[in-house]
Amino acid sequence: MTIEMKIDGPETVNRTDDMAQGVLGRDSARPDGLAKATGRATYAAEAHPEGMLHGVLRRAPGIGAVRCPNLEAVRAMPGVRAVLRDARMVRNAAQGMADEAPVQGVDEAAYVGQPIALVVAETFEQARHAAQRLEVAIERTDLPIDPDAVEPEVPEAKQSSQGDLDAAMRNAALTIDADYTTSSMNSAAMEPHAAVAEWDGTTLTLRGALQMLRFNRNELADSVGLSAEHVRILAPYVGGGFGSKLGISADCVAAALAAMELGQPVRVVQHRRNVFEVNTRRSETRQRIRLAADADGRLIGLGHEALVSNLPEETFAEPVVQASHFAYPGAARTLGIRIARIHRPAAGSVRAPGEAVGVTASEVAMDELAYAAGVDPVELRLRNIPEEDPERGVPFSSHRLKAALLDGAERFGWSGRPMAPRQRREGEWWIGTGMAAAFRVNMVVEAQARIRLHGAGAVVETDMTDIGTGSYAIFQQVAAELLGLPLAQTEVRLGDTALPPGSGSGGSVGAASTGTAVWLAAMELRRQIAARLGCDEAELTLKDGTATAGNTRQDLADILSGAELTGTGHVKPGDAAEKVRQATYGAHFAEVAVNDVTGEVRMRRMQGTFSAGRILNRRTARSQCHGGMIWGIGMALTETMTHDRRDGHVVNRDLAEYHVPVNADVPPLDVHLLEERDPWAGPMQAKGIGELGICGAAGAILNAIHHACGARLRDFPATPDRVLAALE
Amino acid sequence: MAVTITVNGQDHTLDLDPRVTLLDALRDHLHLTGSKKGCDHGQCGACTVLLNGRRVNSCLCLAVMHDGDEVTTIEGLAEGGPSPLQEAFVAHDGMQCGYCTPGQICSATAMLDEVAAGWPSHVSASLDCPVELTHDELAERMSGNLCRCSCYPGINAAITEVARRGKTEATE
Ligand code: FES
Ligand code: FES
Repeated sequence: MTIEMKIDGPETVNRTDDMAQGVLGRDSARPDGLAKATGRATYAAEAHPEGMLHGVLRRAPGIGAVRCPNLEAVRAMPGVRAVLRDARMVRNAAQGMADEAPVQGVDEAAYVGQPIALVVAETFEQARHAAQRLEVAIERTDLPIDPDAVEPEVPEAKQSSQGDLDAAMRNAALTIDADYTTSSMNSAAMEPHAAVAEWDGTTLTLRGALQMLRFNRNELADSVGLSAEHVRILAPYVGGGFGSKLGISADCVAAALAAMELGQPVRVVQHRRNVFEVNTRRSETRQRIRLAADADGRLIGLGHEALVSNLPEETFAEPVVQASHFAYPGAARTLGIRIARIHRPAAGSVRAPGEAVGVTASEVAMDELAYAAGVDPVELRLRNIPEEDPERGVPFSSHRLKAALLDGAERFGWSGRPMAPRQRREGEWWIGTGMAAAFRVNMVVEAQARIRLHGAGAVVETDMTDIGTGSYAIFQQVAAELLGLPLAQTEVRLGDTALPPGSGSGGSVGAASTGTAVWLAAMELRRQIAARLGCDEAELTLKDGTATAGNTRQDLADILSGAELTGTGHVKPGDAAEKVRQATYGAHFAEVAVNDVTGEVRMRRMQGTFSAGRILNRRTARSQCHGGMIWGIGMALTETMTHDRRDGHVVNRDLAEYHVPVNADVPPLDVHLLEERDPWAGPMQAKGIGELGICGAAGAILNAIHHACGARLRDFPATPDRVLAALE
Repeated sequence: MAVTITVNGQDHTLDLDPRVTLLDALRDHLHLTGSKKGCDHGQCGACTVLLNGRRVNSCLCLAVMHDGDEVTTIEGLAEGGPSPLQEAFVAHDGMQCGYCTPGQICSATAMLDEVAAGWPSHVSASLDCPVELTHDELAERMSGNLCRCSCYPGINAAITEVARRGKTEATE
């Protein structure tokens, strides 16, 4: 039996808090932790089916028409089984939730690095050598690669305007009008994209490094020309994704085509340098932000207009202004996104698309406004919390920005901070502090899950993935809580399209969407247990494997007496999203040291307070927040994909040249999670938290740099050359 | 080429293409996939194993150069039950996706020995003082192991706890 639920209104009953097991919300260990710590967890590339061949992708060295003049000679090299140049190979990874093949083809390279052949050989070493020997001749076409040098598209649906911002800017006591830029960035998940494909003549089985299997299955099927029933994808462990594994990737499609052609299993692992090119990057942005405020710093107008880029035919445009629609008040508002069609590698979702760059830049602008008004930056945010959604006029489902700001300020020791910059010096180092607010939209998407309950415990099943987010842990907790089982008796099986389709991991939707499906499946089982006992579900207490109803108590195993019960949950988004504005909130505080001689910035400490509805597992939620904040450090100080000015190729396409934060870049971090219930978030009253931690974090750091040394930086990252230039 | 390597206490004689790295020998030929490949270029530390007791990036080693050597992998550290570091990484959530985790744990295992032996690091105050495992020392010594999930707070808490326990045991 299935319980279906559409999220149309607030869930005021809050049955979750009636449950008795006491495991939900707790700080508890990942059930998959020991497998990962002992090397038993197996990722995509680690299957080794009998007779497996190895494929290596060859990249286009330029933009234009592609030929491989020595293809036959390479095919004759030792061990080589095929040189595949199949028109079905994909140009770049599919966008998240595309549900169909991305742009395909190998005859025209749209960007430098596009995969244009797959060389398959008996061993990896033979395949790699042969791929290096494959000559690629490009008939170069001169296509634009600089986002500032083309006339951008201005899609009407992405522009919005209310009131007269120009008039507000003219009449305001205080105004800010500045351009902010962020760089191209890469997810750089530690596991490179990889696939092992097997074809038995009817069914294609693919082990992949993918985040959203129910979509990926259709994308793969569409790419290779099969119907989805004949495709199965497995991804029980995924070595990080952060958006780069949302859509089917080039390795998956190439491995599948090769396996189907050769009738043998084929493995394709992207080289780290492919990872930087073939999978979607975060677009660089240029953001014009205008703030109009009264003399007290209260906003009367707000403008946020961004230029982003992407390849032709890509539907995604970095939604930079997503949070600006509701974060701050102001009757006059102009928001918009323009898209430059250029031939850098494809852009797509990277952790917190939109807010990661949009909130970050806006929070620097808000700091500038605080200084213009002579108002403490925390106080300025407190003065600008809207009563309701400032554009749509609907209420907030819950709004915990004030609580987060006050809590963070208290824990960080913000009060008494001198407002003026350049107040504290230690040797060569200027020391300063800064803050930023965090905003991130919250969504529920369609998801299903099944629970099988038998005498010895329960098994939760869905094709949902755990990309490090903690899906295994929280689904175990949700099911154990509702079914009154110890965690150890609740098993979770994920990452297999043969299981009910979950939401997939992306956009922070997993916990609330698939988690709710698990909750509904467990509720259905509670009803079945209650029916067996002849009582009402609400009268039932399930704890430690026993059921209590009225004054009778019975072991669950006896109630089942050998039977297996199955419950399925199915959640769908309803019109709740139209009735209220739903988001998560937080506050970042940072202390930095800026070297007066070298311009180097060192993090001293960071504090984050976050509110995201019910926290399902404090330990895994805290880790997600740490991750987001540390990504903020990368965005603030080191991360930038450099595109060559002539052909747009990624100059620094490996981990030696693209600098993700390392252990020594990260200071002590303090994360505090506020207690919250959001009734509009479904029966668990929980919202997503995986992306909130990055939103605004880098803004707090640039604001701290300003406070330390007086240099106001508006370009991310604040590398030493930029800091030095701003210091003079 | 024939090569004999002792892996986790067992001798393995393999006939390998000389281009095979130690990492690929472990993963593809011995099917010990606990050691991970993050970059194949010595940039990330995911492939860290213990070679004759010292930590190395196994993607930078050619297998045929290690005839007669002893290798311990993450699987070897778990023989006879998980090691204190393996348990502490779970307890402190020193992982998210888990892909860097085997490398982090192998690296930390050797790093604690280096500290005990008094090896200085870039941030040590002098070359010959005993090393105290402060946050700065730990962070410096573990910076060859990238974690994109950014679990450094949990990783450091786990290592610190094991280091502290080791110290109390040593003085008892
Ligand atoms: S795989 Fe060896 S250092 Fe990255
Ligand atoms: S746990 Fe994912 S990279 Fe470290």
